[in-house]
Amino acid sequence: MPIIKVENLSKKYILSHQQQESYTALRDVITNKVKAAGRKMLHPFTLHHSPSTDSNEDFWALKDVSFEIEQGDRVGIIGRNGAGKSTLLKILSRITEPTGGKIGINGRVASLLEVGTGFHPELTGRENIYLNGAILGMTRIEIKQKFDEIVAFAEVEKFLDTPVKHFSSGMYVRLAFAVAAHLEPEILLVDEVLAVGDTSFQKKCLGKMEDVSKSEGRTVLFVSHNLTAVQNFCDKTIYLHKGLIKDFGHTHTVVDHYLNDCQNVATNVWNGKHKENEFLKVVSVRIGNESMDSDGLFINEEIKVTLTVEVFKEVTGIAFEIIVSTLEGTVAFSSFTETITLCRGKAEATCSIPKDTLNNTHYMIAAVVSKDYSYWLVQINEALSLDLHAVPEGLGWQGEWPGVVRPKLTWQVNLS
Amino acid sequence: MIENQDYKLIIEPGRSEMHYWKDLWRYRELFWFLSWRDILVRYKQTAIGIAWSVIRPFLTMIVFTVIFGRIAKLPSEGVPYPIMVFAAMLPWQFFSNSLSECSSSLISNANLLTKVYFPRLVVPASAVIVSLVDFFISFAILAILMVWYGFVPDWRFLTLPLFLGLAFATSFGFGLWFAALNVKYRDFRYIVPFIVQFGLYVSPVGFSSNVVPEKWRFLYSLNPMVGVIDGFRWAILGGKAQLYWPGFWLSTALTILVFLFGVRYFRNTERAFADVI
Repeated sequence: MPIIKVENLSKKYILSHQQQESYTALRDVITNKVKAAGRKMLHPFTLHHSPSTDSNEDFWALKDVSFEIEQGDRVGIIGRNGAGKSTLLKILSRITEPTGGKIGINGRVASLLEVGTGFHPELTGRENIYLNGAILGMTRIEIKQKFDEIVAFAEVEKFLDTPVKHFSSGMYVRLAFAVAAHLEPEILLVDEVLAVGDTSFQKKCLGKMEDVSKSEGRTVLFVSHNLTAVQNFCDKTIYLHKGLIKDFGHTHTVVDHYLNDCQNVATNVWNGKHKENEFLKVVSVRIGNESMDSDGLFINEEIKVTLTVEVFKEVTGIAFEIIVSTLEGTVAFSSFTETITLCRGKAEATCSIPKDTLNNTHYMIAAVVSKDYSYWLVQINEALSLDLHAVPEGLGWQGEWPGVVRPKLTWQVNLS
Repeated sequence: MIENQDYKLIIEPGRSEMHYWKDLWRYRELFWFLSWRDILVRYKQTAIGIAWSVIRPFLTMIVFTVIFGRIAKLPSEGVPYPIMVFAAMLPWQFFSNSLSECSSSLISNANLLTKVYFPRLVVPASAVIVSLVDFFISFAILAILMVWYGFVPDWRFLTLPLFLGLAFATSFGFGLWFAALNVKYRDFRYIVPFIVQFGLYVSPVGFSSNVVPEKWRFLYSLNPMVGVIDGFRWAILGGKAQLYWPGFWLSTALTILVFLFGVRYFRNTERAFADVI
């Protein structure tokens, strides 16, 4: 019998076009009510339909999704932004309820959390291990038994009694992962957490996850934009596209399918929605080259990436950043501005990638707005996808050049 | 088809509703851990720590004694005015602290709510526990005041836990309501401090409720905190403070109503928290 069985799972969100914020303000509700009442008093015999009803739109984050997962499977979940990956994990971890369908699960489910969720900066490492363990669903006795193992894995022995606000981000991630890895759930959900942390630790985490699944027969569901990690780690993969399962099977065939689909779409403009914050919102991210024809871009052109933001209130310490990576998820480079102060209104930031820098291949560009160089206010993965062509020039090699980038460097050859 | 008996856990629309109270019991350890965290943080963050929960009610008590006792010369039921004020200060502080903590608890734990499943009731409940610790700390001041004035309570003092329970129900009931409203209407948090401030003056904290004319007593008891505070005075001051029973029962009934509706409202809105927060 499968350990997870999902049948006709659907999840509907209601998008409201009227409001900028996802939450409502009481003052708006009251003013609207008063206005409506006022209109009614002035024109008691005309019918008023409320303006809110026609500005709402249903959005199916998942629609009729069905699949089965066997015990011990390591399943990757891939797909573009908004494909429903995170919604699927949210439903599996019971954070949100499905709108329709049914799921049967045989075992304890635990999620590997985003860095520092459930950590309190004022508490010490030791206190946070207990707290985080409890949040993940461990009992006090279990945590006590595992305590030394967790500390050893995270390599934070010396800092056990230091408040975690003094930890480096690497230590933070290590501690968070260590707690979750020792939870011993039958099913572990991992959502894009390994993006942070040093490479050696990422390897260690993947190793530990592999260990856990192979030797102890545990099941892992792994959502990631990093296709290399998915290919290395998962034996099966689900490819979601606009809330539907487009492919499900062996990782290499599914990843190939996905890469094929990706190569056919170049996204020059992003103007979707992102997680909100009180300061600003990114309205669009776009390739700002004036001469953009249907043939796409060439490697001997300068590429301009422009972020347009709307600032709600004055904010200091803002830095814009773009991260350019290959389709497989390997970061080619990232680049960011100095920290600046933004006033209310609109702002635009443009980054110019010099010509002859990128290779003739496909890239994903992520846009990030950070504050005080310490945390990310906005993070848009795969905001743009880029398809670069080589310029046929002269004679000689016209094929692929090895490497994620292809910078034109100056050489000096001295003959002696 | 998925057969329910084949699986340990079934997820479907409306399912979490059915196992709610069982889940709440299963997550009791998380409840203690969250309370423990809030208590630790509270006393670590403020430089004066515990002193804060002593100084605040103590200073308020002095101000009220001077204004209502000395300047306005209100009656003190035959007990030292400071003790009379402090007997009311205790439940009031508990109520106002837990109300403000409770109402902001969901927002301040938003990152948890959107990442991990647990019965959401755990969060505001642990916020009340923190205020309860404050309550016990300021209780020490009352003990000192009693020794200072040589005041000996009688058997009624033993009924105090009952009234504490009543205070708990009032605070938690309103707290749940406000916590849920705070998630839904993000500007609701500006209203809470106002309610707390206003409540301090319409509740009999600085004065005895005997000051209120007899014909208004019953109406006055529509404020649930009147019942709680009068109960505290009755228990602490012994026979000196007469309890106005019809009003007390009215307050108690209202408290129970607020508590039940608070839980219900919270439960109804809880499902959508992760989506709107």
